[in-house]
Amino acid sequence: MFPTFLLSLKQAGLPVSVTEYLTLMGAMKAGVAGYSVEDFYYLSRSCLVKDERHLDRFDRVFGTCFKGLESAEGIEARELPEDWLRKLVEKLLSPEEMEEIKALGGFDAIMERLRELLAEQKGRHQGGSKWIGTAGTSPFGGYGYNPEGVRIGQKESRHRRAVKVWDKRDFRDLDGDVELGTRNFRVALRRLRRFARQGAPTELDIPDTVRATANNAGMLDLKLVAERHNTVKLLLFLDIGGSMDEHVKVCEELFSACRTEFKHLEYFYFHNYPYEKVWKDNRRRYEKTIPTWEVLRTYGPDYRLIFVGDAAMSPYEITTAGGSVEHWNEESGRVWLDRMTSHYRRAAWLNPTPANSWEFVQSISITRQLMERRMFPLTLAGIDEMTRELSR
Amino acid sequence: MPAFHSTETYIASRDLEVAVNAAVTLERPLLVKGEPGTGKTMLAHEVAAALGHPLIEWHIKSTTKAQQGLYEYDAVSRLRDGQLGDARVHDIANYIVRGKLWDAFDAEAPVVVLIDEIDKADIEFPNDLLLELDRMEFFVYETRQTVIARRRPIVIITSNNEKELPDAFLRRCFFHYIRFPDRPTMEKIVQAHYPDLRHDLAREAMNVFFQIRDVPGLKKKPATSELLDWLKLLMVEDMPAETLRTKDTHLVIPPLHGALLKNEQDVHLFERIAFLARRGGG
Repeated sequence: MFPTFLLSLKQAGLPVSVTEYLTLMGAMKAGVAGYSVEDFYYLSRSCLVKDERHLDRFDRVFGTCFKGLESAEGIEARELPEDWLRKLVEKLLSPEEMEEIKALGGFDAIMERLRELLAEQKGRHQGGSKWIGTAGTSPFGGYGYNPEGVRIGQKESRHRRAVKVWDKRDFRDLDGDVELGTRNFRVALRRLRRFARQGAPTELDIPDTVRATANNAGMLDLKLVAERHNTVKLLLFLDIGGSMDEHVKVCEELFSACRTEFKHLEYFYFHNYPYEKVWKDNRRRYEKTIPTWEVLRTYGPDYRLIFVGDAAMSPYEITTAGGSVEHWNEESGRVWLDRMTSHYRRAAWLNPTPANSWEFVQSISITRQLMERRMFPLTLAGIDEMTRELSR
Repeated sequence: MPAFHSTETYIASRDLEVAVNAAVTLERPLLVKGEPGTGKTMLAHEVAAALGHPLIEWHIKSTTKAQQGLYEYDAVSRLRDGQLGDARVHDIANYIVRGKLWDAFDAEAPVVVLIDEIDKADIEFPNDLLLELDRMEFFVYETRQTVIARRRPIVIITSNNEKELPDAFLRRCFFHYIRFPDRPTMEKIVQAHYPDLRHDLAREAMNVFFQIRDVPGLKKKPATSELLDWLKLLMVEDMPAETLRTKDTHLVIPPLHGALLKNEQDVHLFERIAFLARRGGG
């Protein structure tokens, strides 16, 4: 049973290894968990999970493995692909709604049904009244109208343990730890690094010490210098939602790579085009926005600015005031882009769509013109080119 | 071996107890993460007190190097002594300065080592301590001596998640994420700290506290330590419970809010919400 558990965890994408498994076995043998299932749950969690982001996934696997639910291949189906849920809107269960759920046979029954569905379902689903997906009337999924709706992928766990925690799976903010493929990006981005000595002098400067000691007639005179640090500062503006959905993976990779490679990195999200406000948290993009002016004031011109977006939209969204699809913008997108690129001399736009299609999309051409042709495809070669441009 | 349990001053959830006891039994390091102010550092103190072991604290800063926890060779004093003709200079061991881990390895009785805020250090820091924490031994190059722990110390490591820790390091640790306590647990914690707190005041304060935590968009949500500070202030000021009670369900800015809200944006946000609520309600 236990090896199955380990394998299931592995299949569910948790980074567990034999070492941890042996640790768990050791702890069991030493009698840490006693004979209580709950303690065993805590113990195995403490041994096998090393990151709070994985807690939920662990709970799900634990739930299936120790509930006698046969699903050797089911685990993988249970891993909700994030594009099913991308359209999720905030819908938390209120106490009244919890009451209503009782109409459907109670919370446990609904969860039971959800689990069955998850095991059955194979693809993204939209509309309809049974499957999990978006825009339907099924009790599960997002964007739905069923008052008994179970919101899949919510912010915090309400039901803490095992199978009832179907949580934290929404990737609305770009996940910073997509490891696959980030290495190449990191290597490419490394070209941007600029080293400078900053901070408290802690390193012995040998040539200077020798010189000073000689000057001092052989009596030791120590000279110290500060350590070298990467001083490149980066501002990342990421387009999110809408037509960018299909590029989420590559954007996540880029974002992960940037996060590990640069200490001074600030990122903001925007939709389609940068206007007067941006945000840092997609779940609260309406409540918690940051005025773009504030960004310009806070981060000086020594930052390098990178936009990531497909720039594919109606040209009016760029050229006219009030053209935004989401809100009334007092000033046009082009005014804002000009303002930003004139503040940040070193700026570039990374576009995930293939470069050979750019000229056929009017908005891309306009943007490219506004960026003074500093638009690069979001590929290794493109990043390479971009770093060269930004290092000037 | 005595097991770790909640004490009168520290309320530990069952999962935390299991994690600590597993780490103690298997003599592996325990990595503790969690929101700031949920008692990560306190845990080490409490574990040391519960097991009756002395505590060795190693606080990590951005400039801390792994080597400093083991030992440092003070080449500069040796050079100076050499120039002054001091006899001490002939023995290199005179210039080996012991670090915290050496102290811990060398202790006769078992000790608890706290490596506090490991994520503050350089990204390579945890990697540099892999072998030392795994085998609990290290080699001193200058004196050709291997230091082996007499008794494997209990190592508790805290992290605030500022940096990712390497997998190889994580694999060697037990991990526990301290969740923010729910209301009943919080009541127990408050009870443990201030047994003579008036019930009505505690209840009202708790209401206000959880209400504040629910305000969306706060930069730093108040945590346990903030609540305890605030309660202490309320007690010192001898605040009547009525001042905390709101007539309607809307928010008002609580007295002495400085203990709960730690930056001006949050205070500002709160004021704005309270203002809107007042206007909407009245």
